[in-house]
Amino acid sequence: MKKTVLFGAMAVAGLAAGAASAATLDDVRAAGTLRCGVSTGLPGFAAPDANGVWEGFDVAVCRAVAAAVLGDANAVDFSPLTTQVRFTALASGEIDLLARNTTWTFSRDVDLKNEFVGVNYYDGQGFMARRDLGVTSAKELDGATVCIQTGTTTELNLADFFRTNNISYEPVPIETNAEAQQQYLAGACDVYTTDASGLAATRATFENPGDHVILPEIISKEPLGPLVRHGDQDWGDIVRWTLNGLIAAEELGITSANVAELAAGTNNPEINRMLGSEGELGAMLGLDADWLVNVIGSVGNYGEIFEANIGESTPIGLARGLNAQWTDGGLLYSPPFR
Amino acid sequence: MSTQSGNDLSYVRTEMIPEKEPPLAETGIIKWVRENLFAGWMNSLLTLVSLYVIWFIVSHIFPWFANSIWDAGSLTECREVRDARFGSDVSSACFAVISDRWQQLIFGFYPSSGYWRPLAALLVFLAALYPVLFSEAPRKLLLLSAADPFVMFMLLWGGSIWGPIAVAVGFGVGIASYRIALPIVGNLFAIIASVVVPVLYWLFLSGVIASALSSVLPIGLPFVESKDFGGFTLSFIIGISGIILSLPLGILLALGRQSDMLIINKISVAFIEVIRGVPLIVWLFTASLLLNYFLPPGTNFDLMLRVIIMVTLFSAAYIAEVVRGGLAALPRGQYEAADSLGLDYWKAMRLIILPQALKISIPGIVNTFIGLFKDTTLVVFIGLLDPIGLSNAIRASTDWNGVYWELFVFIGLLFFICCFSMGRYSLYLEKKLQREHR
Repeated sequence: MKKTVLFGAMAVAGLAAGAASAATLDDVRAAGTLRCGVSTGLPGFAAPDANGVWEGFDVAVCRAVAAAVLGDANAVDFSPLTTQVRFTALASGEIDLLARNTTWTFSRDVDLKNEFVGVNYYDGQGFMARRDLGVTSAKELDGATVCIQTGTTTELNLADFFRTNNISYEPVPIETNAEAQQQYLAGACDVYTTDASGLAATRATFENPGDHVILPEIISKEPLGPLVRHGDQDWGDIVRWTLNGLIAAEELGITSANVAELAAGTNNPEINRMLGSEGELGAMLGLDADWLVNVIGSVGNYGEIFEANIGESTPIGLARGLNAQWTDGGLLYSPPFR
Repeated sequence: MSTQSGNDLSYVRTEMIPEKEPPLAETGIIKWVRENLFAGWMNSLLTLVSLYVIWFIVSHIFPWFANSIWDAGSLTECREVRDARFGSDVSSACFAVISDRWQQLIFGFYPSSGYWRPLAALLVFLAALYPVLFSEAPRKLLLLSAADPFVMFMLLWGGSIWGPIAVAVGFGVGIASYRIALPIVGNLFAIIASVVVPVLYWLFLSGVIASALSSVLPIGLPFVESKDFGGFTLSFIIGISGIILSLPLGILLALGRQSDMLIINKISVAFIEVIRGVPLIVWLFTASLLLNYFLPPGTNFDLMLRVIIMVTLFSAAYIAEVVRGGLAALPRGQYEAADSLGLDYWKAMRLIILPQALKISIPGIVNTFIGLFKDTTLVVFIGLLDPIGLSNAIRASTDWNGVYWELFVFIGLLFFICCFSMGRYSLYLEKKLQREHR
C-alpha cells in the first residue's frame, strides 16, 4: 500500500517535471532571477572576484540572457558546478541554462537530451612544452611523458592523435588543472595537454612564460557553448538568439557605448530590427522589443566580452583566431535577424 | 680494634668528603645527547642523517615563510615586490592572496555587512557548548543550550524571527502531547503521539502561524540564501550540524543493534551496514544528483540541507559502531545490576549503561568527529564552495592564477586548529572521567 503511494507520488512528480519544463521563461520571470550553471572556477571564463561577483566569458552569456529576459544583467543566480554534476543539474531543473565551457558533442546533444544553442568559443586541444626541450611540432613528441586530465575528452583525443601518428607516449594522469600546472612545472611530465585556451591561461601564470612554448598542432575540435534542456524550444530560442545577437552586434558595429544611440533608429534595417525600432522580433520570442538593447547595453557585444575577459589585453591573452567574425576569417557567423 | 681508632691512623677519613661533580660525560645535556643521539655508530649515523633531513627541510621552507609578502594585488605584483626586495632567485611566499581574499575563505559569499552573524553564531555555539562539555557549569544553562540551535539558525540564515520560534514550539507540542496522552492511552501510544502530533503541527500549522505572526510583527534579520554560504562557515555548519545530530542518532542505532526486538534490530543493522559500506563521496553525489530526480521539480530542497543530512547519516553509522564497542565492553553484571534495581529499559540505559559505555567510547567518538569535520571538504566535488572549492575559485581569477601553497597552508592551519582542539578536549575528558586506575 505504502509502495503504491510512493510510486504514485513519483509518477505525479514525473508529470509535474514535464509540465514545469515546458515554460522556463515563465518560471524565470516568476522567480525574478535566471539560474545559471557555471564552472567552479576557470580563469577568464568563470570566477568570483573579491566581492563574490562572478565574472568571465561564460558568465557574460548568463548575464546577457538575464538582461534579455529580465532586463537586468545582475539578476542571475550562479550555481558553480563540477564536470560530474553539470548535466544532471540541468536535466533535473536545478538550473535554467548551463554556460560552463562545455564541448558540443553528438552524445551530449542527443543521448543526454541537451540542446546546445550555439558556440561561444571555438577551442581545440593543444600541447605546451618547455622551450629548452627543442620541440617545434607535436609529432616530435615520441616517447614523451604527457600530463593529462583523466576522464575528459582530451584523454581520448590524445590517444587518437598518438596512434594516428604512430608514436608512443607515457601518460601522467592528473585530476585537476591546478595539479597539472604543479606537475608540469616540477618536471613530472615533458608536455601538458589540454584545451588551447586553458594552456594560454596556464602559461600566463608562470614566472617565465617565455620558457614555455605552445606547439602549433591543435588536435581536436572543442566547440564550447551554452546549453539548455530538451523540451522547451521557446527557451532554447531565447538563449540561441541572445548569443546570435551578441555575435551579430559585433559584426554590425553595435557596442555598449553606441547601442542607446542606435536604438533610436538607423539607416540599417537589420540593426533596427535587432534593436526593436522596426519589426517585432522581441515579441516573437516573448520578450520586450528592446531586449537586445538591454543585452548589449549591459554586457557589450561579443568582441567586447572577449576583450574584457580573455582577449589580448588581459593576462590570459588569447588571440581571436577561430573566434573572429567570418568577415575576418574566423568562424563566428550569426544567422540574419529577419 | 680500639687501638687502631683515633687520629694516628691518617689513612682513615674522619669526615665525609664533599660530593664531586659527576664526570662531564655522565651528566646534563652531554649525557642525554650521548645516550639518546650518539649511542653507538649506528645511532650516530641515524642522528646525523635525521639532522641533515631536518636542516634540509627547514632551510628550504623557512626562507619561503620569512620572505613572505603580504601586500600585493596580484601574483604578478607579488613577484615584482619580491624581485625588488629580495631578488628574483629567492623563494618567497605570496600571502597577499590571503590578505586579499581571507573574507572569502572564511565567510564565502556571505554579505559583508553580515559578517558579524556567523561570528555571533559561533559565540552562541561555544556558549551552548560550555554547559555540555564542562560539568562544573550550572545545569540550568542546558536549557539555553537547547534553544541555541534555533538562535544559530536565526543568526546564520536570518529571515523572520517567527519561523524558528514556530518550529521550536513543535518540540513543546511533542512533550505536551506525551504528557496529555500518557494517562489516557498508555506509554506506547503516548510515545507515538509525541512523534505524530508535532510532525502534523510542523507540516500544517507552523508555517501558517509563522507567516501570520511575521505579518503582524515583522521582526527579523535579512535573509541569506544557502548558496551564499562558503568557506569555513560552510565547513563549520556542515561539520557542527553533523556532529550534533549524529551523536544521538548513533547512540540510538547502537542500542537498536543490541535490541532484542527483531525489526528494530534488523533495521539498525541494515542501516549501519549499508551506510558504512558505501563511500561518503557516493552519498554526497546521491544527495546532489539522485535526489533531484525523485523530488518533484520546483521543490527547492536546499543542497546544503541535503549534504548535512547525508553527512549526519554517514557519521551516525560510524558512531553507532563506536558506541556498540563501548556497550560490548561493559561487563554483563552492569546490565544485571540495572535490572535488579528494577529500572526500566530507558532508565537503565540512561543512568547505568550509557554513562559507562560512552566514557569508554570517547576516543573513538572524537576520532569520528575529527574525521567527519575533515571530510566536509569532500563537498567540493558536488560544487559547494568550501575552503578547498574557494581556493579553486580564487585561483581562477586572473589576479591569483598560479597561487597554490599559500592557500593550502592557510586552510590547513585553520583545520589543524579546530581538529587539534577537539583532540585536546577529548584527552581532558578522558582524564576527568577516569575512575579505575587511580
